[in-house]
Amino acid sequence: MFDWYFFGLLMSNGILIGLMYSLIALGFVLVYKATDAINFAQGEFVMIAGFLVAVALGLYGAPLWLAVGVGLAAMIGFGFGLERVVLRPLIGRPVVAVIMATIGLSAVLRGFGPLVWGAETRPLPLPISDEPIVWGPLFVPPIQILGAVVSLLFLAAFGWFFLKSRKGIAMRAVADNQQVAMAMGINVERYFGLAWAMAGVVSALGGIVWGSLLGVDVHLALVGFKVFPVVILGGLDSIPGAILGGLIVGLVENVAAGYIDPWVGGGTKDFAPYVLMIVALMVRPYGIFGQPTIERV
Amino acid sequence: MIHRESGILKTTYEADMALYPLPIARWTVAAIAAFMFLVLPLSVHEYWLSIVNLVSIATVGALGLNILVGYTGQISIGHGAFMSVGAYTAANFAVRLGFPFWLSLPLGGLMAAAVGAVVGIPSLRIKGLYLAIATLAGQLIIEWTINHVTFISGGVQASIEVPRPELFGYKIASQRQMYFFLLIFVVLALVATMNLVRSRIGRAFIAIRDHDIAAEIIGINIFRYKLLAFAISSFYAGVTGVLYTYYLGIANYEQYQITTSIDYLAMIIIGGLGSVLGSVFGAIFVTLLPILIRFAMEASGGLLFSEAAVRNIIPNLRLILFGMLIIFFLVVEPEGLNRLWRNIRSYFRVWPFAY
Repeated sequence: MFDWYFFGLLMSNGILIGLMYSLIALGFVLVYKATDAINFAQGEFVMIAGFLVAVALGLYGAPLWLAVGVGLAAMIGFGFGLERVVLRPLIGRPVVAVIMATIGLSAVLRGFGPLVWGAETRPLPLPISDEPIVWGPLFVPPIQILGAVVSLLFLAAFGWFFLKSRKGIAMRAVADNQQVAMAMGINVERYFGLAWAMAGVVSALGGIVWGSLLGVDVHLALVGFKVFPVVILGGLDSIPGAILGGLIVGLVENVAAGYIDPWVGGGTKDFAPYVLMIVALMVRPYGIFGQPTIERV
Repeated sequence: MIHRESGILKTTYEADMALYPLPIARWTVAAIAAFMFLVLPLSVHEYWLSIVNLVSIATVGALGLNILVGYTGQISIGHGAFMSVGAYTAANFAVRLGFPFWLSLPLGGLMAAAVGAVVGIPSLRIKGLYLAIATLAGQLIIEWTINHVTFISGGVQASIEVPRPELFGYKIASQRQMYFFLLIFVVLALVATMNLVRSRIGRAFIAIRDHDIAAEIIGINIFRYKLLAFAISSFYAGVTGVLYTYYLGIANYEQYQITTSIDYLAMIIIGGLGSVLGSVFGAIFVTLLPILIRFAMEASGGLLFSEAAVRNIIPNLRLILFGMLIIFFLVVEPEGLNRLWRNIRSYFRVWPFAY
């Protein structure tokens, strides 16, 4: 007989994990939406933010609010600085150049984290209990609920930002056509910096949530690999797409892992989203909510 | 090469398209060949030759990747996986059926070419970022498959030991013998690439790189040439994997993970995209960099840090330098080491005059 209880457990876990993926994918989407740049170092952003908070908490014994504040401030500064030093000289260059620059950046960050703060796994304790919340037949760890809530909050906040606020509309204008935006008196470069700083904020939150779930070490950067299936499924420039893509990836990987792992001996979690993504690329390359691009000679 | 070309008048297209348009270039190539085949192997210690061997293997792979990324403009983050396809194919043929290397090597290359062409199919609909992600997916899926299918990976820790290659009943065991063995493949790969990129196919590749829609309109069959670029490039990658397998004596998927793909991308970016000489420079640079870091750290790192700290520093420092070099070359000198070399050359061409 089909085990509905097991299935429900996989589904609920998948939804919560999926929302946590959405949070990280959001950082990617923000940058792409505003600057047309592709960030292959999103996972490393999350890792560095996790390191910052974990080190501030563990090594220097800072209170939680201070550690989170330090993490956020550092990531905002990092975002602005990165845009100025690396990304701005690459404006107008082929897309491959930007991809490679962020791949290079990911290598730098992956070396930098363990070099400065050591290779061992650091805990990132948050003041919430480890006891899973039992809700009917389902039980979920509180950290996942926290992660899901933070994701939803920020997705809503950025949705509002892009739809209603003056800065958000300016950012959309920059993304749509840089030259026209410049002619309308928008300081394009400042908005590029702002977009990277926003990605830094989102990554800092992602780093706290994921770091607290998995522990902070260099492997934390691997969650970045999940960003690509999420954004491809949802559409690269779509915030609702990031939510939906995250949910789909979370569900698919949990259900696939639950039913296929016993047969093949593990690893389905990392594999299934990419198979799904390949199919999506063949059928609908610009994603569920993405804009198809029209190319002219 | 540093030489002057005054008084050379080309009267035919053949002369204009010649690989070595100047007589002196032929002498330079002959001198380099003599150095590589005679002076270097007979004068240097085996340890140094083993490093040169690593450079040789990397050169073949970098040339292949440059055909795809530098000449055709299609990015691939899956080359490490294509190498593993070649490596495991050759290892399986060599161990299970007892094939000699001259059979298992092209078979490994062809298998990698087939897999590479399949991974390249999405390139027909998507490009740039999407293609990068699709090939990344290819890398992860191939890695997973090799790791989980014991028929391919041989079961025990996903590695297969291969016998030493034999040539005319002569076993290639020492680094010195391996050096000559690998050098032959480097020469083959160099000549093949130089001829490929100035042929009809190579010109089609360059047209696709410059603007694929425009290329299609002037009558280039994009479907064929994009897949051909993927297949040729993966063939090189497969051969690289086979060579590396024979060099190590073992096929192991850990040598062909995503970091390998990024290493090779770093080679062609640091060396120079779309340049044969640049691939060689990049392969030399990227192969020697970790070795130099290790030497420097082992010699002087102990003064400042504890031994355990040095062990932590070496791989991380390598990653950081790698990433910074990639970014540096992309931002400051997009045409790579090849461009620097050309600048030096054109300076000395008219030396001691300014122009």
